[in-house]
Amino acid sequence: MNYARILIDGGRIVDPASGFDGAGALCIADGVIVGVGARPDGFEADYRIDASGQIVCPGLVDLCARLREPGQEHKGTIASETAAAAAGGITTLCCPPDTVPVIDTPAVVKLVTERAEQAGKVRVLPIGALTQGLNGADLSEMYALKRAGCLALGNADQPLAHPLVLRRALEYAASFDLVVVFRPEDPWLRSEGCVHEGVVSSRRGLPGIPETAETVAVAQALPLIEQTGVRAHFGQLSSGRAAEMIVEAKVRGVRVSADVAVHHLYLTESDIDGFDAFCHSRPPFRTQADREALRAAVANGGISAVCSDHQPHEPDAKLDVFPQTEPGLSAIETLLPLMCGLVSEGCLPLSAAIARLTLGPAAILGLASGRLAPGAPADVCVFDPAVAWVPAQGGWLSAGRNTPFWGRALNGRVTATLAGGRLVHGR
Amino acid sequence: MSVAATADIQLDASGRLRHFLTVEGLSRELLVRIMDTAESFASVTAQNVKKVPLLRGKTVVNLFFENSTRTRTTFELAAKRLSADVLNINIATSATSKGESLLDTIRNLEAMHVDMFVVRHAQSGAAHFIARHVAPHISVLNAGDGRHAHPTQAMLDVFTIRRCKGGFAGLKVAIVGDILHSRVARSEIWALNALGVDEVRVVAPKTLLPAHVESLGVVPYHDLSEGLRDVDVVIMLRLQIERMGGAFIPSVHEYFQRFGLTEKRLEKAKSDVVVMHPGPINRGVEIDSAIADGPRSVILQQVTHGIAVRMAVMSMAMHAGPDMEVAA
Repeated sequence: MNYARILIDGGRIVDPASGFDGAGALCIADGVIVGVGARPDGFEADYRIDASGQIVCPGLVDLCARLREPGQEHKGTIASETAAAAAGGITTLCCPPDTVPVIDTPAVVKLVTERAEQAGKVRVLPIGALTQGLNGADLSEMYALKRAGCLALGNADQPLAHPLVLRRALEYAASFDLVVVFRPEDPWLRSEGCVHEGVVSSRRGLPGIPETAETVAVAQALPLIEQTGVRAHFGQLSSGRAAEMIVEAKVRGVRVSADVAVHHLYLTESDIDGFDAFCHSRPPFRTQADREALRAAVANGGISAVCSDHQPHEPDAKLDVFPQTEPGLSAIETLLPLMCGLVSEGCLPLSAAIARLTLGPAAILGLASGRLAPGAPADVCVFDPAVAWVPAQGGWLSAGRNTPFWGRALNGRVTATLAGGRLVHGR
Repeated sequence: MSVAATADIQLDASGRLRHFLTVEGLSRELLVRIMDTAESFASVTAQNVKKVPLLRGKTVVNLFFENSTRTRTTFELAAKRLSADVLNINIATSATSKGESLLDTIRNLEAMHVDMFVVRHAQSGAAHFIARHVAPHISVLNAGDGRHAHPTQAMLDVFTIRRCKGGFAGLKVAIVGDILHSRVARSEIWALNALGVDEVRVVAPKTLLPAHVESLGVVPYHDLSEGLRDVDVVIMLRLQIERMGGAFIPSVHEYFQRFGLTEKRLEKAKSDVVVMHPGPINRGVEIDSAIADGPRSVILQQVTHGIAVRMAVMSMAMHAGPDMEVAA
């Protein structure tokens, strides 16, 4: 639906970038924001969104969401998953390079961005591969990937062959001012683990992934990040200790940032009790202490972004003996409600929660989005923070239903999402 | 979180055993009832005509995804002595190796109207997965899933201890060996603690103990002589060389030097100590031949008891105990 001039009023506008937090009107003209709080003189709307009782904030920026296309369309497609993203209030998302084929050439970058444009929902920024085919040994053509539109590169879940490759990859990426994204996990320490190595893994006899698999990878990367001067981002942390190490480096002036997947702020190792495959995740859900430490880091901004780590799966992927199931949660539609839940629990104020979903992730990639400012693209999310709803058939847009929150009451739901001034979800 | 606790899935609405997946979560009363039921079957297996008609007309499927002759044989024997029909399916050579999913294998067998699955699988959680997906009238017995549980082994072990020692109060039990990879050890620890022994000890090098091992309700030792001091029962585990990916112990030689059960080490235990082993034993690796064959060893009695215990669990899960009416 395209309207030239849109008025959103009656709601509470929260824009962490400017600090605006209060009642007011949001005015949009020709895909751009033209007024925040007050209507510009002579502004006549073609369409009005009544945001009474709701929050009006920048469209969410999700740093890690898998769309499964190209190559794994039985799990999801760009069309289905961007529609789900829009329903989740997201207007910009980054997809990791582990598609089939891998996003290591401009051709695949274009394939993804063009299909996203055709789907017409949200802006997709593919994260390019750091090494060719994610093989961990040969550098990808990083300049070509940058020219094709990549702002960041990463090696998804695949390890690099050895520290020298890591050093060269970081140095080369730094020459083009690309951000390098890590999902820190040492493959040897991870071994064949599938859950956190702790009390539950010992009781259930499941092979464990020790905390050190994450902290050792962070410890190995930090000095190289410092040496090469590259901008680096650690994604989907699972341990309090890793968060501590990264914040320490940040304080020393190293250019690092971190995010955590929202479900790691909720679930712990106990949730796989009974071998629940919907809680099979990589990185695994760790201890209560880790959950509290990650929540604290998100609250104080040490971790400046929260992502969905969206991984939709077909039903068979979760219908097997636990260690043989595929890890990952379909999470993009629960990102905002789960953050609302943290606000209700008093973990952090609403404006900070919104910052972690908008300004924080945008700043990591140097994006202009994540803010409501006159002149900025009209990426807007309107949501009701209190409404109760249940993820279930009928209201769920992702092709993947693999979430432990299925059938569980959540609070907070998007009522309208606008991307570049176009209504991509709701009314 | 979203799935019923493991104990609930094993019991029917009246609290009777329906599946036997793990000792964890079962009450002391139920464990005692299993042992008492096994006692009544023990006399059956000792007589000339070794059959009772309790499971006549029922079909028991041995679904073994992992090779095992001894366990499969004892389950087969137990089922046959209850007069059931037995089907043996070795998955390595079956359709699953052609890519058939586990669920499809189960559904196909269900379509042949079977009554019980006895499952052994290389991955933890396999028996629970099958129990969650079988038709309501089918019972699932766990014959060992990955490192998680081997509940019938634990039951025959505590049954043996009860026969040797009369009870469990005041007993110190040491389990020696690769606890990390052992489903037998995990199930034994649950059973021994539920039945109220004084202390359960585990003895192994740190590489072979699970993380936070004390949380399982045991006292860890890295010295076998110390670990055996004043114990009443020693349970030796086989060093599972085929399970060890690598870098757990430097050599079998050093393992035997430090953790092998010798006469000298056994002297630290009580004079009437009982020596057990789930089998098969590696002579000269975890246990001296002389002890394995000696007067304190009850290893072969364990095997005999295994049949009675499995008959007990099978008949209880199919609600056809020795004191119940049998359908003609």
